[in-house]
Amino acid sequence: MLQRLFSFRGGVKPETNKAPSVQVPIGLAPLPERLYVPLHQHIGGHPNPLVEAGQRVLKGELIGGAEGWVSAAVHAPTSGTVIAVEEHVAAHPSGLTTLTVVIEPDGREEWIERQVVDHRSLPPERVREFLRDAGVVGLGGAVFPSHAKLTAAKAVAMEDLVINGAECEPFMTCDDVLMRERADEIVRGIAIFRDLLGARRVLIGIEDNKPEAVAAMHEAVGRLGEDYQVVAVPTRYPAGGAKQLIRVLTGKEVPASKRSTELGVQCFNVATVYTAYRALAFGEPVLSRIVTLTGNVEQPRNWEVRLGTPMRDLVALGRPKPDTTRFLMGGPMMGFEIPDLAAPVVKATNCIIAGSPALFPPAPPEMPCIRCGACAEACPHELQPFDLYWFARARNFGKTQEYSLFDCIECGCCSYVCPSHIPLVQYFRFAKSEIWAREREKQAADAAKARFERRNSREEREQAEKAERLAKASVARTSGSRPAATDAGPPARPRGSSAEAGSGSRAESPTDAAAAPAVGDAEALRKATIVAAMERARAQRESAQPKNTDHLSAAQLREIAAIDARRAVLGSAGESPKGPDE
Amino acid sequence: MIDFSTPPYLLQAHTSVRRVMVQVLVALLPGIGAYVWLIGPSILLQLLVASLAALLAEALMLRLRGRPLGLFLSDGSALVTAWLIALTFPPLAPWWLITVGTLLAIVVAKHLYGGLGQNPFNPAMIAFAACIVSFPALMSQWPVLGLKLTLVEQLEMIFGLAPRIDALSGATPLDALKTALKIGEGNIDIPTLLATQEVFGTFAGRGWEWVTAGYLLGGLWLWQRKVIHWQAPAGFICGLSLLAGALWLWNPERFASPLFHLFSGGAMLGAFFIVTDPVSGCTTTRGRLIFGFLAGVIAYTIRVFGGYPDGVAFAVLLLNLCVPLIDMYTRPPIFGMKDGK
Repeated sequence: MLQRLFSFRGGVKPETNKAPSVQVPIGLAPLPERLYVPLHQHIGGHPNPLVEAGQRVLKGELIGGAEGWVSAAVHAPTSGTVIAVEEHVAAHPSGLTTLTVVIEPDGREEWIERQVVDHRSLPPERVREFLRDAGVVGLGGAVFPSHAKLTAAKAVAMEDLVINGAECEPFMTCDDVLMRERADEIVRGIAIFRDLLGARRVLIGIEDNKPEAVAAMHEAVGRLGEDYQVVAVPTRYPAGGAKQLIRVLTGKEVPASKRSTELGVQCFNVATVYTAYRALAFGEPVLSRIVTLTGNVEQPRNWEVRLGTPMRDLVALGRPKPDTTRFLMGGPMMGFEIPDLAAPVVKATNCIIAGSPALFPPAPPEMPCIRCGACAEACPHELQPFDLYWFARARNFGKTQEYSLFDCIECGCCSYVCPSHIPLVQYFRFAKSEIWAREREKQAADAAKARFERRNSREEREQAEKAERLAKASVARTSGSRPAATDAGPPARPRGSSAEAGSGSRAESPTDAAAAPAVGDAEALRKATIVAAMERARAQRESAQPKNTDHLSAAQLREIAAIDARRAVLGSAGESPKGPDE
Repeated sequence: MIDFSTPPYLLQAHTSVRRVMVQVLVALLPGIGAYVWLIGPSILLQLLVASLAALLAEALMLRLRGRPLGLFLSDGSALVTAWLIALTFPPLAPWWLITVGTLLAIVVAKHLYGGLGQNPFNPAMIAFAACIVSFPALMSQWPVLGLKLTLVEQLEMIFGLAPRIDALSGATPLDALKTALKIGEGNIDIPTLLATQEVFGTFAGRGWEWVTAGYLLGGLWLWQRKVIHWQAPAGFICGLSLLAGALWLWNPERFASPLFHLFSGGAMLGAFFIVTDPVSGCTTTRGRLIFGFLAGVIAYTIRVFGGYPDGVAFAVLLLNLCVPLIDMYTRPPIFGMKDGK
């Protein structure tokens, strides 16, 4: 039981405010009139809707299939009728909409046929697929599909499986009550993950401000005869961050550039383990989750809420006090303000906090950075937030990346300790989104450039061919009347027309070009057509061959095309007697 | 920019720029107390003059720059600069000298570089350096110890109503030591000097040693309150003492002890209130150590071998120049990247 603990640098100790919401056990939130189940509730591929309006669905029925490997399925949280598959406001700070299946419950809670699976009897690959199709994702808040984290690295033995019950965000208690009330299921679920990963040791990390949860888990582990270690870790935000907890329990530091499995460790949230167990042992996909409803409400409590329940319905259960001005989803350190309470509870909704000006006073005005370094001391990833801030402000995004912007986990410790009250995390999110936007723009620009170059070269080829045809026609015409054709006459004209093909600025040639075809007789024209077709074929062959002209500017390409055209004309002028050259 | 609502919603109400600055001011009080008691109450007047000049200059510059007056005037940063200037200038310097110094610090060294948080040089040290270069005579007129002047007489001196009497042509203990050594031309040694001359006290300058001890006390309190980091003061004290100690061990007759140097001139004020200035100092842990250490070494070198009575101001300004370089080379490894992978 004695477990050597490590420490991570930085972190803060805000008021935890957890007590109010653990006074009563988990309540089951009533069935709302309508459920709005978004199809995309996780990181990764957007599931496609498998149902349509008017269709009856059973509880647990698949309504959105996983799209790709990093994705997860979505199910009907109850039986009823699909009213619509439409855009509905998402549980996201932007308040944008997302494709949502709207279900009117019939209140009968009729289940699909539930398939119970013993994970030991199936090949691991099948178990992972099963978890994906049961919609098991990380319920700590990141909602990363769990099955995609359940493959050990090939080169590294899996040493430790870390089960995260730290729950370091203030106000939040959903994992706490889950561990208190359903410890057995969590402990049973851990075996699934341990077996899939082949982990040698299981460490369950719980912040020491939750002694009841520690005791409950400890008892359950003993009762079920497992050798897992339940470890109380010091309460310090963000001890519940996956990387911080791994560090505290194993001493390993997982850099942003690596997967934790590459260091022989993997981490799952207790609620995730619980849903995985329900999925395998009872055939129940993820249909609900525990949500802490707390803050400025009369009755703070944890509720088991069906996914898709409008937040407005859930919030009403806690009876918000009259001075409530806003609601946050997630904790006060990393959460966001809910723009619209019509948004549904989703897999990522771990906590809803009613906020009042008294509870969350408005931010004092932002002052200039005085480089005091408090943020650097608080940063659990040992970054230099003030440097990142200067660079982000100056839009020097290259420098922000050089200073490891993408190692930032946006935990908010830096903003919390800043004496100048600078919303540092906001600057970092801004910088990240700008970098992503630029990346996308660059890709789009590259694609557009390639498209433009393809079109250019095609047009130039066509122009050149046209010029050739015209030249042939005139050659045919002159050769028809004057068999001893010389080079002197014809090239002059096509040169003009090729220049036109290239720059379009010299306008004297069109009259010549237009005049040319009108003159020739039928047979000459036919001959010219044949020669031109042969010429085209030759040009095609040539263009199919790789050249050292792949990365040229448009101007260079035009020049080359003009020269080619000229050469083609010259070549064809001398070709008829000479035969294929070069 | 997408305007996300701002986490964290839990604000740490007990931290702000104003709070930091006020704590620095409070930490100066023990030193000021000793100053008033042992040197004379005129320093209070100088503090007042400097504060008024600083606030006026700050207000003027904020208005010119179109910044909110109330927010920035109340942040306390101008007062900290003003107090540091008053404490480094001679206590009976004419009022206009300290005003010129303060204006230089606030207008040029602070606001022309972009105001709070943007100045590459320590404003108070700019004021000191500029004034000692421009007005060397006035800047080295320290009251002779034991000079008994009434408050009215001191006021008259500061405001130029009375002639600047000879009694003023005292020197700082550091200056006195240097001058005496020069005059003695090797015939006199430091232990004798310290024992015989009235200007020296128990272990440094008479009176001044307790003023600097007051700064030390305030500085330790700031460290205990986590307003300042220990690295820069520790580096400074190490740099100064190591060099002073080495030379003192080599030739105690020509070189004063580290203790003497630490409690003389601007050493303690510099160690805890100047090299700890976060804006113009280094930001990394190792950087702060290097910054402090080099500042200590240079300060000692200037005050012992240079032409000026003290070297803290020039040492700090020189190191301010090196801050970006030091910061760049002392960036700490981040989480997960410590083995250099």
